[in-house]
Amino acid sequence: MSLLQIEGLGIDFGGLRAVNDVGFSLKPGEIVSVIGPNGAGKTTLFNMISGVYAPARGRVVLDGEDVTRMPPHLLARRGLSRTFQNLQIFQSMSVLENAVVGHHLHERGSVFADLFSLPAARRRSKASEDSARALLDRVGLGRAAEQEAGSLSYGALKRLEIARALALKPRVLLLDEPAAGCNAVETEEIDHLIAQVAAEGVSILLVEHDMKMVMRISNHIVVLDHGEKIAEGEPAAIARDPRVIEAYLGAQATEAKHADG
Amino acid sequence: MPELLQFLLSGITVGAVYALVALGFTIIYNASDVVNFAQGEFVMLGGMITFFAHAAGLPLPLAALIAIIVTAGIGVALNKLAIEPARGAPVVSLIIITIGASIFIRGATQLVFDKQLHRFPAFSGDQPILIGGATILPQSLWVIAGALAVFVCLWLFFTRTLIGRAVLATANNRIAAQLVGINTNYVMTLSFAMSAAIGALAGVLVTPMTLTGYDVGLALALKGFAAAMLGGMGNPKGALVGGLLLGVLEAMTAGYISSQYKDAAAFVVILAVLFAMPQGLFGRKSTDRV
Amino acid sequence: MRLSSKVTTLLILAAVIAIAPVFFPSSYYFRVGSLIFVNGLAVTGLVILIGYAGQISLGHAGFAGIGAYACALAPVHLGLHPAFAALLGAALSAGIAFLVGRPILRLKGYYLAVASLGFGILVSMVLSNEAQLTGGPDGMAVPELGLRGALKAIGIDLSNTEFWYAFSGFVLVLGAWLALNLHHSPTGRALRALHGSEVAARTVGVDVAHYKLVAFVLSAVYASVSGSLLALQNKFITPDVAGFMHSIEMVTMTVLGGAGSVLGAILGAAILTTLPQVLTIFQEYEQLMLGLVMMLVMIFMREGLLPSITRRIRGRGE
Repeated sequence: MSLLQIEGLGIDFGGLRAVNDVGFSLKPGEIVSVIGPNGAGKTTLFNMISGVYAPARGRVVLDGEDVTRMPPHLLARRGLSRTFQNLQIFQSMSVLENAVVGHHLHERGSVFADLFSLPAARRRSKASEDSARALLDRVGLGRAAEQEAGSLSYGALKRLEIARALALKPRVLLLDEPAAGCNAVETEEIDHLIAQVAAEGVSILLVEHDMKMVMRISNHIVVLDHGEKIAEGEPAAIARDPRVIEAYLGAQATEAKHADG
Repeated sequence: MPELLQFLLSGITVGAVYALVALGFTIIYNASDVVNFAQGEFVMLGGMITFFAHAAGLPLPLAALIAIIVTAGIGVALNKLAIEPARGAPVVSLIIITIGASIFIRGATQLVFDKQLHRFPAFSGDQPILIGGATILPQSLWVIAGALAVFVCLWLFFTRTLIGRAVLATANNRIAAQLVGINTNYVMTLSFAMSAAIGALAGVLVTPMTLTGYDVGLALALKGFAAAMLGGMGNPKGALVGGLLLGVLEAMTAGYISSQYKDAAAFVVILAVLFAMPQGLFGRKSTDRV
Repeated sequence: MRLSSKVTTLLILAAVIAIAPVFFPSSYYFRVGSLIFVNGLAVTGLVILIGYAGQISLGHAGFAGIGAYACALAPVHLGLHPAFAALLGAALSAGIAFLVGRPILRLKGYYLAVASLGFGILVSMVLSNEAQLTGGPDGMAVPELGLRGALKAIGIDLSNTEFWYAFSGFVLVLGAWLALNLHHSPTGRALRALHGSEVAARTVGVDVAHYKLVAFVLSAVYASVSGSLLALQNKFITPDVAGFMHSIEMVTMTVLGGAGSVLGAILGAAILTTLPQVLTIFQEYEQLMLGLVMMLVMIFMREGLLPSITRRIRGRGE
């Protein structure tokens, strides 16, 4: 039984088919990666699944419920959470507060109680703060808790976003390039973290450019090119698939050539 | 029927002034994404400077020309001294800066000139012209012609001249414009000069009918802004249509409902338009990128 | 032990309010002080809206007008005690803010600014035009609050200016306490989160439209109470209280001192309230100076006075 089902999803930007007829599914605890060359529509796909963009065609089904075009905050209530390719950190808040905000759905209560700082409000804050500290420890940011979030390095911010997303206790987690800008050690840490989270039964949908990482941790890979799904399957099969090598690795090879030249 | 025609004529006259202010907003907004709340002060300056230059003995056309040039200079100074140093500031800061500039210009005007209301003679006399039972002042025709002329000139400028296209390119993407060699600072300076000159022209045209004083700018800025938004921010066609619509609407409200609430009508419609179609009549939709 | 920033702010505020009268050479200064507190209260509300939630309003004087005229009208027409009239005004402001806020807050940036401005202008227009009810532009009288008499009966005898200094000072500290509580609460975090990144706030489950509305309604209540206090202490009110310039002053005070900080914004209120009093000798220069201050602070100290200054001091300390 799949937890997240994507069916024929598509969207156009000014007449251009950015994503067309993409479908796949995620089982609980499964790690599915979406790969493809730059501009293949990976982030757009993420934005549609997470309710940031309204898809023109297709359906998103979460645990049997049609959640297509549902706004992000309602998806969050149903256990879908995400991180962003270009960071969306609350810059002027502390690292700890960023992680605490992730607990919003657990800590929100009456505005009246919050205004008068009633014991109920303080209890809610305390509980989410304790949980946030534990999450920060888990992603290796425990010591930076009191710093202003804006002062962290890029890799640390990526981990902070993961901590914030985990705070929702999600059932489905969408990670958009979690290892981008991270060094080898950091990448490995994130790698372990993702595997751990998946082992707890969370389904993970991953966009990542680090092929080694993708091949290592994915149960299943979906390949996009020009907004369309051109292949899907197990990592080993994908690595051998000629269409993928043509579209993805071929493009990367040319990219690499450009970078060298 | 003549009643309706009368309201329509006076509405178009007022609307033409709003359209001129709105066109001024549009130019600056296009070049810099700044909504300049001091736009109404340019209109006030145009009228005030013309009056005092004329009172000092200069012939009216020369006085008007001086007013337009001086106001354009003040527009450039506003850009150099207040807008450029604040580049990248949040919208709230920019709103405060331009409102501050508006209050500053008002304060300076009352010091340099005075706090009285002034007018100078109409360009072609005060004899009303009869049209189908309704009347219109010759000066109204001047105002309407002025608005149309400015609109046509701007349209030619933006579509037919290289520098006009550079302004649009800067509006579209500042960094890309710089990369292709457009001097974006020059574009900004030019935009403020043009916008201020258009405002001053509006002041010159309208003062014989409505009088001018140091504090008339704010109300004009709000109406012009409302007109620009009604038409869709950043679109010259929208500014023209929005201005005329707003003017007619006000005249109709004043004529058929209540003259006290004519200003209210304008804002009620603005609120309705913003709620129903936040991009205005001619605006584009924007998608946030994540 | 380090005091929390909330306690520190409240202590500083209370101490300044309590100690300042020692240095007052005349009762006139009590009057200026109470004006600062009344403005400070409205500005504290705007800290919630602008500083926490990052939403602009150029129409909040409209709510001050509702609060002020409630105190003038409800005692006469409904026979309410002025204190209850102020509460009625606050409830009315909250209700109107709730209705108006929902559509208005869908807008962003300049559009939001103009929509809120339009709302404020409509309120002030109604107040000036419905002359048979409100006295029109000439304004109308406001009944005595009566609290001073009650205090006298229990042995606390204050002059009128002293009473209003103490009373509005007390209300300001109360308002600041609530706003500071909010800052560190789940609601405050949700507001600051949507200020930082709306899309990220949404993905962690924040109902952005709901929380913007919460901030709008709360700040409307602050503005309304501020308007009520102004009406009650002046015992007279004109539609200017709801006017565009008053809205602008409120926003300017907020960002001048620092929209993100309650203490900063109150400092902004103190400066802009005192400035015209100091400049009475140069009355012609008042607008010139006000405009200049607005521009200079926003250009050179974008975060506002207090945050910029504390940052500078900290930078030197390190």
